[in-house]
Amino acid sequence: MTFRTLCVAAAFATIIGESAVADEASVVLKDAPGRDVVEQNCGSCHSLDYIRMNSPFLSAKLWEAEVGKMINAYGAPIEPADAKSIIDYLARNYGAPG
Amino acid sequence: MLKRRHVLQGIAGAATLGPLGALAAASRPPLADGLPEGVYDSAALEALPGKKPLIKLSYRPPNYETPLAYFDEVFTPNDAFFVRYHLAGIPDAIDAATWKIRVGGDGATSALDLTLADLKSGFEPVEVAAVCQCSGNRRGFSEPHVPGVQWGIGAMGNARWKGARLKDVLAKLGLRKEAVEIIVNGADGPVLDKTPDFIKSIPLWKALEETTLVAYEMNGQPLPHFNGFPVRLVVPGWTATYWMKHLVSIEATAKPYDGFWMKSAYRIPVGKFPIVEHFQTQLTERTEPITEMVVNSIITAPRQNARLGADSPIDIRGLAWDGGYGIHRVEVSLDDGKTWRDADLGRDHGRFAFRPWSIRLAAKPGTYRILARASNAVGQTQADALIFNPAGYHNNVMRPVTITVS
Repeated sequence: MTFRTLCVAAAFATIIGESAVADEASVVLKDAPGRDVVEQNCGSCHSLDYIRMNSPFLSAKLWEAEVGKMINAYGAPIEPADAKSIIDYLARNYGAPG
Repeated sequence: MLKRRHVLQGIAGAATLGPLGALAAASRPPLADGLPEGVYDSAALEALPGKKPLIKLSYRPPNYETPLAYFDEVFTPNDAFFVRYHLAGIPDAIDAATWKIRVGGDGATSALDLTLADLKSGFEPVEVAAVCQCSGNRRGFSEPHVPGVQWGIGAMGNARWKGARLKDVLAKLGLRKEAVEIIVNGADGPVLDKTPDFIKSIPLWKALEETTLVAYEMNGQPLPHFNGFPVRLVVPGWTATYWMKHLVSIEATAKPYDGFWMKSAYRIPVGKFPIVEHFQTQLTERTEPITEMVVNSIITAPRQNARLGADSPIDIRGLAWDGGYGIHRVEVSLDDGKTWRDADLGRDHGRFAFRPWSIRLAAKPGTYRILARASNAVGQTQADALIFNPAGYHNNVMRPVTITVS
């Protein structure tokens, strides 16, 4: 175990991360094709208000970069086909107009 | 639509909403203009356990900012202090009696465990008043908008922080002469194994400053849970990214730390901002880690869109702060910057704290955009125009308040 892993493991506290917070039920994304793929993938790590607050100013290209960051920097295990669905959904429903 | 959060165990005191009483009972969070449209639909006024209703930007992980009303006070109440986490694996209720901080590393000559009791009784306690401000505070006002947490003005707060000096802890530890940085980690962590844990480092020289604290109290009370109970790092003058919460590890290292949250995140373009303190062991040709805060101010009175009578002068008030060089002056303009008057600077709580300021100006009937411009003791002044950067850091462009006098 690395030094750091040992320290975090030694922190007795219960980690609550994976379970959704009760109030999140109020965060409802637009009902459109691909929403379920977004909910299942993105919702594992964070509430979906991250998407809503980051709208509607990102172009398709910038949404693609954001999803890429989730996969490459944060290690999100998203299949390429799902990544495409997610990007399309975000660009269409939460993207910059035009 | 406001979802009134169920208050657990009465801690958050739904019966005592403080300055927001009427607002919380209404439904819209008090958001400034100029944020992305999606924020107005998505933000909500919600109370985390132990907190007053704050502006929820995200539930998981929690990112909640302090409403403007609380900045009428120069010290931000603990239960209104903003909450920011990067990763959703945040600790549940913590038992301070069993808390331990592992102190060591390859840059140290020993290793030791510190309990909260060790910190409180084994080291001289010091108290420093300091502003804790998220690097991305005001990102929501970026033009064009940039992705990230869309903070308004409220990802900041001023508190009296009490704790042991980090330098005293490191003196007890013993450092090798090769030590260059101190790496800090907290108990919060990622949901996925592959996501880099939120771990930061600071330069050794910064760690050894008198004011860098291993803090266990805020405004005379134990740290609120969501502000890092039981112990956090406090780095006055530097942005809050370094102020590691729920501290579990302090590690001296002989080589610069290269984790994600130092190497790839929280970096600014070299030469773009007027910065004095640089993190030398983390520089690259094009970017450097964000370090000290830039000089900034906020107008807390009058409020945006206030309608005032011409029969009495306007009382204009606010706060100013910077990276610790000291506020030198705050100027106020009612004519879009053609002419400026010096505000009176209020009580000095120390170079790292909010400095209150005020001025009383007569104004004939009309509409006015009030501008406030702070300058610090090393000759830095707030920006006239946004210094754009894709991460939305260091937003210190002057923020006007529009009023009508009739």
